[in-house]
Formats: sequence, structure tokens, C-alpha cells
Amino acid sequence: MTNLPVPYRVVARRPETADTVTLRLEPVADALGDFAPGQFAMVHCFGRGEIPVSVSSVQSTGGLAHTVRAVGAVSAGLCEARTAEVVGIRGPFGTGWELERARGRDVVVVAGGIGLAPLRPLILRALAEPEAYGRVNVLIGARTPADLIGREEVAGWRTAYTGVTVDRPDEDWRGDVGLVTDLLGRAHLTPSDAWGFVCGPEPMIRATARELVARGMPPDRIRVSLERNMRCATGHCGHCQLGPLLLCRDGPVVDWQRAEPLLSVREL
Amino acid sequence: MTDTQGPAVLDRDGLNALVAELVAQGRTVIGPTVRDGAVVLAELESADDLPFGWGVELDAGRYRLVRRTDGAAFAHSAGPQSWKNFLHPARQRLWSADRTPSGGVDFTADEPAAPSYAFLGVRPCDLRAIAIQDRVLTGGRYEDTGYARRRTGAFLIAAECTEPGATCFCVSTGGGPAADPGYDLALTEVDGRFLVRVGSEAGGELLARLPHSAADEGTERAAHAAVDAARDRMGRALPPVDVRALLAGSADAERWDDVAERCLTCGNCTMVCPTCFCVTTEEVTDLTGDHTERWQRWDSCFDLDFSYLHGGPVRASARSRYRQWLTHKLSTWHDQFDSSGCVGCGRCISWCPVGIDITEEVTALAAEAGTGPTASADPRTES
Ligand SMILES: Cc1cc2nc3c(=O)[nH]c(=O)nc-3n(C[C@H](O)[C@H](O)[C@H](O)COP(=O)(O)OP(=O)(O)OC[C@H]3O[C@@H](n4cnc5c(N)ncnc54)[C@H](O)[C@@H]3O)c2cc1C
Ligand code: SF4
Ligand code: SF4
Repeated sequence: MTNLPVPYRVVARRPETADTVTLRLEPVADALGDFAPGQFAMVHCFGRGEIPVSVSSVQSTGGLAHTVRAVGAVSAGLCEARTAEVVGIRGPFGTGWELERARGRDVVVVAGGIGLAPLRPLILRALAEPEAYGRVNVLIGARTPADLIGREEVAGWRTAYTGVTVDRPDEDWRGDVGLVTDLLGRAHLTPSDAWGFVCGPEPMIRATARELVARGMPPDRIRVSLERNMRCATGHCGHCQLGPLLLCRDGPVVDWQRAEPLLSVREL
Repeated sequence: MTDTQGPAVLDRDGLNALVAELVAQGRTVIGPTVRDGAVVLAELESADDLPFGWGVELDAGRYRLVRRTDGAAFAHSAGPQSWKNFLHPARQRLWSADRTPSGGVDFTADEPAAPSYAFLGVRPCDLRAIAIQDRVLTGGRYEDTGYARRRTGAFLIAAECTEPGATCFCVSTGGGPAADPGYDLALTEVDGRFLVRVGSEAGGELLARLPHSAADEGTERAAHAAVDAARDRMGRALPPVDVRALLAGSADAERWDDVAERCLTCGNCTMVCPTCFCVTTEEVTDLTGDHTERWQRWDSCFDLDFSYLHGGPVRASARSRYRQWLTHKLSTWHDQFDSSGCVGCGRCISWCPVGIDITEEVTALAAEAGTGPTASADPRTES
């Protein structure tokens, strides 16, 4: 069912940063269909409203996880949700990362801030099948160390290269400082024969994809996840238009070849 | 099927019988009628409610009823409403949710039985607009179930155009004053009588129950001639260029700044447009806090909140919002739904408070791109 939410129960709640929480959900009765990494759900917070949120974990049991940053009424309501509370879920919606297309090649995953959440299930799939892919690189950027999500888990990932950088360090930070694109030079990959997967704020997506292209990656092998206002997720509300695209249907994950000319028009 | 039924003729009594029969079948008959100084679409109790003897005088930003001497019922062009007011209403509840004593939440779909509609006097442009909304709301991967419920079984009686308005330009959008398939019955008014063509089995069955005669050659010829003549009397036209490609290549046009200085971003054009479908949702909670409802209402791409992402609207300027509207109508609609989003009904021209004219804007964009007639050419004289 795509029009009526299905009840899911919060079975675990993990604060990630001061304003971001990961909710683990299990269906109260029947589960929705399988979500692919990169796809999203419409998540309903009782009495507040409904917002699009990507899946940050997909389980074969039908369980899901969503990592939500509190930026407004609905997202703040979801961040406050307690264990055993029930939320409504519609989905799965939209395009996925389609990691399979990168089989046999190097992979570079670039995440900005909470953009790591939708990329997490992709990274786990790639790492679960090391023989299927070339070298897997994960580059993560955040504004400050306090904005990094999933630090412990990231530290445990067995990648060819994992880089983490922040814009503004605190006293305890010993890692890199600067833009996430600065880490690209350290990644182990042959750009002309690799795939890129990018999620984060739009300026970061733009800068990263351009840098990947400059290094020789074909634009149709760069997959980016885009965000627009969405009210229905079923292609009927008109809000998620980006030029010719309806991002709930033709996105959120789009080839850079498609996205680049659209994102270069101001206020499209 | 209906192949045994050639065109027929209804007189005024036949028209009365048509409405009476639909009402007797339990249908909610909606059609044009005069109210508050306009031809509006409302429930008809009998054919007497039709706007006999009324026409309209239209121009950019202007709509006025005028008396006609011929007593015609369908000699007016598009009014302020369209059939979307009934098929895709301005407000509807989608579902509600209730907290259960055990801490759960029950979600309940809102699926009221839809009225059994019969629409009388559907203009050929509006018939195309209904087909476009069918595609958008039910033709994709997911179906708008509320729309489908109201649309399925709706009985459509087209009225071909013999009296196009000064803001009409359907011919230049690929349409015309003759009805395309999709109707159950199509009427063409000739001197107080109505040539009837049957478009569906249900239409044939209904006609069989009405007092009618087989169409005589004279009436048929007069009807065709009147519709053909209407084709050549369109008040306006889009420029004869590839409009889809023109708009796709006009993102940086200077004309957008010009129109942005005039446009009030009021959204009237989107409300009256028969194809505009955009909606937003609202959460409505009762005082107990244990019951909440999800409502849908029409929205407009001219509204600042429409493109809101936390941090601000994507389309903040009037320039970008008018550009979004026009480009969507004429260009990206093709990419999204395989057709244009404009049928040339002219409503957006008449009901724009400052008289912004879609055909004039496209003509100016074509001139700026160097593909169209010169900027000084009057779009109204193009065909
Ligand atoms: C495909 C996709 C995937 C996303 N994935 C994630 C993710 O994984 N994690 C994440 O944190 N974010 C994600 N987002 C962003 C997230 O959807 C927004 O942050 C969220 O919509 C903000 O909504 P809000 O109501 O909390 O905030 P606001 O910015 O206040 O509101 C956003 C919109 O909702 C409306 N609105 C606000 N409150 C109400 C209300 N009570 N009733 C009705 N309408 C209201 C506003 O008018 C506005 O149009 C994703 C977005 C998209 C499009
Ligand atoms: S854009 Fe204007 S002319 Fe075209 S269908 Fe909509 S209201 Fe009618
Ligand atoms: S074009 Fe006219 S009707 Fe449309 S938003 Fe602008 S002022 Fe309003």
C-alpha cells in the first residue's frame, strides 16, 4: 500500500549527534516491501506530519532504520520518538543507488554530514561482498567533529581507504581539516574505471561530482542523491520537480550526467 | 456496440429528457449555469439551468457575461472553474489515524463513495484536460485512488465549440473545437438543436432512451461547418515554433525578468487551469490529541512555501516561479507525463488580475530566442 501508512514500532533509538537520532523500526504487523539502499520512506509522526526520510539500514526481517536530523516540526517530533512508540511508514519510494552497476570496479563513496545515513546500507553491501567490487573508498566530511555520525561503526569498516575530515575542528580533533574533496587524492581508485556515490548538502554534491569528473570519472558513473520538498512521494503533488524530473519517481538518486545541467540553473 | 447508431438530433425537449434521465439514474449532473455574473459549473436540476442566451466577452484579465440574441446554450467559452473542481477537489481528507489504548496507531483510509457524476457541456479543450489529469493522477506507477474513484464511471457529455472566446488558443496547442474521443456523448449545437454523436456503449444506451431523430444531412453539414469555422476564429495562438524545445532552452531568458515585474505570484492561473494538479498536505489534530487527520489541498507553484526546504525556498524569486509554471506547462510536462500540460483554454489569461497572457509570453520568448516572429508582432494574428 502506498497511500496509507503502515504502523512500525520504534525498537531502538540511538542519538547520533546533538540534533540527529537513528530510529530502528520493526513492523507492528505486516512489513512493507523491501527497501533498496538509496530509497526512501514517507515517515509519519502522529499529529505533526509526514516527511521523506531515506533508509539508513535495511534488514531481511523487514526491519528498517532511519537517521533523522531535527530541522523542523516533523523531524523534531521523530527525533523525540521513544522506544515502543508507533510511527507510520509508506514506501518504498524512488530510485536506489544501484550499487550492482559498479560490480568489478573501484567504488568511492562521498558523504557530507547526515548524507552518510542513506549511503550506509550501500557501504555495508559493498563490504559484505569484497570479491564483487574493486577497492572501496569512503570519504566523510562534516562541519565539526560533533556533527559526525556513526563514528565507531565507520572506524570498524574494512575499506581500501576511509577518510574523515571536518570544516572546523575542536581541541580534541587530531584528524583532517578541510573539504571532503581534499581527501579524493588519497583514495585508492582509477577514476576512469570507478563509480562514485555522493550524498550531502547540494553545494557539497556539486563540488564533489565536479572534482570526480575533473579526475576522469565519467558523469554517468556518478550517482548523487538529491532533495526537494515532497508531500506525497507518489508523483502526484508536484513539489519535488527538478526541471523534467519528479525526484520521488526519477530520483532521489540520479546520475550526475542528468543532474549536472539541472543543478547549474539557479532556482530551478 | 454503438456502430448501429449514426449521429442523431436532439431538440430542446430531448435535451430536457437527457438531464432528467441522468438525474433519474441517480447521477449528480454538473454543467454550466449562470451564477454571480459568470458561467459556473454547478449541479443542474434540469436543462433549464443551462445558460441559454448567454455568451462571454473575454480578454486578458477580463471576463464579462453578455446577452446573446440566439438563445444558444453552449455559446460561452471556459469559465472560472473546470471539471477538476469535481474530479480533483480543492480539499479532501486522505486518511486519519487514531491512537489505540495499547499504545499503537490505527491508520484509516478515507474512501467515501464518490457521487456518480455526469458532466454536461464538457468543452473539447476540457475533455483533453481531463485526459491529461487521468494520465498524471492514474497513469503512472501509483494511482491517486480518490481521483480514480470519482473519475471511474463519470459520464461525459461534450459540447463542441462553435463560439470560441477571445482568449482561446486550443488549435495552436494541437487541439481544436471538435471533441476527441473520450466522451460518452458529444453535442454540437445548431440553431437550437443538438447534433449528437455516440462515443461509448453507455452513451448509446442513454441516447436510445431519449426522444431523438436520426441526423439529417443538413444538420450534420451545418454542425461541421460551425465547428470548422470556429477553428479559424481562435482569439489567440501560440507562436508556430517547437514550444517544448523553446522553453527547454529558455532558462536564462531576459523575458522572465520582464514578466516577474508584472506577476503578483497570486497563483490564480494555477487555480483556474484545468490541468494544474499540484497539492500539498496538512495535518489536522483534534483536541484530545488521540485523533489526527491528513488533508490534501490544492497548492500552487507560485506559493513561496511550495519549494521550501529547511533553510528557505528553492524558488524565491517571482522570475523563477513564473518560469517554473510556464516551463512545466509547455515543456517539462512532456518529459514527466508524455504530453503538454496546456490545452489552450485561455482561463489563465482571463483570470490573471494583471492580464498576463501565456501566448504573449511564449511569443516574446520565441522572439528573444530568435526562433519566432519579431517581438513587435501581435501574437493574436498568428496562427
Ligand atoms: C528523498 C529524501 C530523503 C531524505 N532523507 C533524509 C534522511 O535520511 N534524514 C533526514 O534527517 N532528512 C532527510 N530528508 C530531509 C527531510 O525530509 C527534511 O528535513 C524534512 O522534510 C523537514 O521537515 P520538517 O517538518 O521537520 O521541517 P520544516 O523544514 O519545518 O518543514 C518542511 C516542510 O514541511 C512543512 N511542515 C512543517 N511542519 C508541518 C506540519 N506540522 N504539518 C504540515 N506541514 C508541515 C513545511 O511547511 C515545509 O513545507 C530527506 C529528504 C528527501 C526529499
Ligand atoms: S495554461 Fe492556461 S490556457 Fe493552458 S490549460 Fe492552463 S489555464 Fe488553460
Ligand atoms: S501570472 Fe497572473 S494569475 Fe498567474 S500568478 Fe502571476 S499575476 Fe497571478
